[in-house]
Amino acid sequence: MKYYTYFPGCSASEGGAKAYNLSAQAVSKVLDTDLVELEDWNCCGSTPSISVDELGAHCMAARNLALAEKRGLDMVTPCSACYVVLNHTNAYLKGYPQFKAKVDKALAAGGLEYHGTVKVRHLLDVITTDIGYDAITSRVKKPLSELKVAPYYGCQVIRPKFGFDHPEAPQSLDKLVGSLGAEPIYFPLKARCCGGSLIISEEDVALDLIQKIFDSASSNGAQCIITVCPLCQTNLDAYQSRVNKKFKTHFNLPVLFFTQLMGIAFGLGENELGLKNSIVPVEKALSKYI
Amino acid sequence: MVVETKAKTFVDEICAIPGGEGIRLCIQCGTCTASCPNAEKMDHTPSELIAMARAGMRKEVLSSNAMWYCLSCYLCTVRCPRGIKQTDLMHALEYLAERAGLSCAGSFTPTMYRSFNHFACSLGSLPEFGFMTWFYILSNPLRAWRMIPIALSLFRHGRLSIRARRLTPKGTNQLRAILDEAESLGGVS
Repeated sequence: MKYYTYFPGCSASEGGAKAYNLSAQAVSKVLDTDLVELEDWNCCGSTPSISVDELGAHCMAARNLALAEKRGLDMVTPCSACYVVLNHTNAYLKGYPQFKAKVDKALAAGGLEYHGTVKVRHLLDVITTDIGYDAITSRVKKPLSELKVAPYYGCQVIRPKFGFDHPEAPQSLDKLVGSLGAEPIYFPLKARCCGGSLIISEEDVALDLIQKIFDSASSNGAQCIITVCPLCQTNLDAYQSRVNKKFKTHFNLPVLFFTQLMGIAFGLGENELGLKNSIVPVEKALSKYI
Repeated sequence: MVVETKAKTFVDEICAIPGGEGIRLCIQCGTCTASCPNAEKMDHTPSELIAMARAGMRKEVLSSNAMWYCLSCYLCTVRCPRGIKQTDLMHALEYLAERAGLSCAGSFTPTMYRSFNHFACSLGSLPEFGFMTWFYILSNPLRAWRMIPIALSLFRHGRLSIRARRLTPKGTNQLRAILDEAESLGGVS
């Protein structure tokens, strides 16, 4: 059994991406991995907060890191945005002594201290590096043969270079798709941006980016897309109809969390994986396997 | 004898923020601009913005919409031949613009970030429904109207909870104490 401290992040815990949390937990059990949720965690700090209140945002991240440090385990998050923020705070605390002095002082006001020892990792990293493809294949009950999957990484799981995979031509998710018996398609835009939170403030700008991703996936024969980030999933799933309307296209691509696809191959039930939470229905495209 | 001290320049101000210091290394090759998915939407491209900042054009840079179109996709950062953390630099400019009260009126992003931060700080977690409703009311209530179909489809699929996740009372107080102290320390630089 492998143990980790688990940081779900707001979106996966009780927000729009709760299916991610649900399926991550279900799949981890099958893989003999224990994700123990960090007690009383707060928002990771977030990129929007860094932009308007940089010190406050890093202090929020630092509180989570300080709480995690007491447990002495690697901290795993399924959210690419949390991953980048928590790693950023770690890097800044190491590289900027004056900044560290301020964060330490703020933490002390809450009775906490942080010594910089927590390693923050993405769930994709843990599943592909620590658990490994062979162990994944050994749990597959329903091989996803003939299923063409677009492995969509997005940005912040691989960039900047905190990561475990190549920042522009990543392979880990492709290999994971292969280990489930499915076929990862050629997908040139697999590591391009989905528009991120600008979908809220500048919808048209984000829709242009999403359309390009669908075009790249669809023209290469994808039957579904898998993602590793709550925001990517929401943008591609909930806004797919808006893209179709704006560009007069007919995309009908189910967008799953990679843990949901793993769960299907492991033979887990629809409810355990939150498949009903998808807006573009998953059942029809994957009826052979569910 | 009078000792003359050099006045703090705009570049010094940027360099005082973690991640901002790379601005001195730029060779104006334009790789960041060529890599940016949103460069064409910006009033000044990322490399232009650096050149302007180094020319001391503080007001023009801080009132630009460019950094507010940054998606934080970090393509520029991993490609920069000088190792500049270009995305962090954009965040530093957003932060300075916000502090100077110049954050661009042409983009809704500053308002969205402020609404996000308001909820994240006061609750310790982000209630998506509350945050988005608040943002649309502040920015443009007509846009809220356009959002209804998306909100409904999220709701129908069990993905829009009205209730926010709360920390324990002890955790809430602890976070409050940390953030109050951070505020009294007056920012990163």
